[in-house]
Amino acid sequence: MDAFKTIKIFYFASLRERCGRSEELRGTAAGTPAQLYDELRREYGFDLQQAHLRVAVNEVFAAWDRPLADGETVVFIPPVAGG
Amino acid sequence: MFQITSERIDACALAQALQLPAAGACVSFDGRVRDHHQGRVVLRLEYEAYRPMAEAEGGRILAEARERFPILDACCRHRVGLLEIGECAVWIGVLAAHRQAAFQACEYIIDQVKARVPIWKKEFYADAPPEWVFATRPQAADPGREVEVIS
Repeated sequence: MDAFKTIKIFYFASLRERCGRSEELRGTAAGTPAQLYDELRREYGFDLQQAHLRVAVNEVFAAWDRPLADGETVVFIPPVAGG
Repeated sequence: MFQITSERIDACALAQALQLPAAGACVSFDGRVRDHHQGRVVLRLEYEAYRPMAEAEGGRILAEARERFPILDACCRHRVGLLEIGECAVWIGVLAAHRQAAFQACEYIIDQVKARVPIWKKEFYADAPPEWVFATRPQAADPGREVEVIS
């Protein structure tokens, strides 16, 4: 099991509406963004699968298996639609 | 410069501000709110952005355009919040010595903005609940439809 850490999470668009908040400071043992999304999906019932999302760590697109460190900022990015 | 703004975009003012003596071409794109989508009547749109990352990713796109095409300057401004039909949602302007590079860079920028910048669009319909839509399917998926809808 990975070490307990505190992660800042921002929610946008359909994810924000589903969980009813735009951000949270979350204590978690999740070691990667993929594990963290699994945890959040179970808690909030997100219907978007990981394959439909991208993830950003500290404002840069990141790999789903990248190790998470205490104090990092994670955003799960639903399909975008600028323009 | 790539900016996210909640203020109305004044395309004419942006175009006038984009000036260089060496520029023989200014190509701009003004993306506006359309009143229909896949046969549905659209009443208005709401855009939402992950602002710091959107501006950073947008800045990277503008830098890429300058590397790929012989252009002199490029800027992009994207609106967030509630927008009415006909309002400007995104404005892109490119300066180059000659028109071909300016056209190509402008198209590159709007294509990349749609694909990569963390901005989301919610459509409000006349006859159905609002939905978050996206312009291209993410990652490995059926390329058959250009526009998909997620709820």
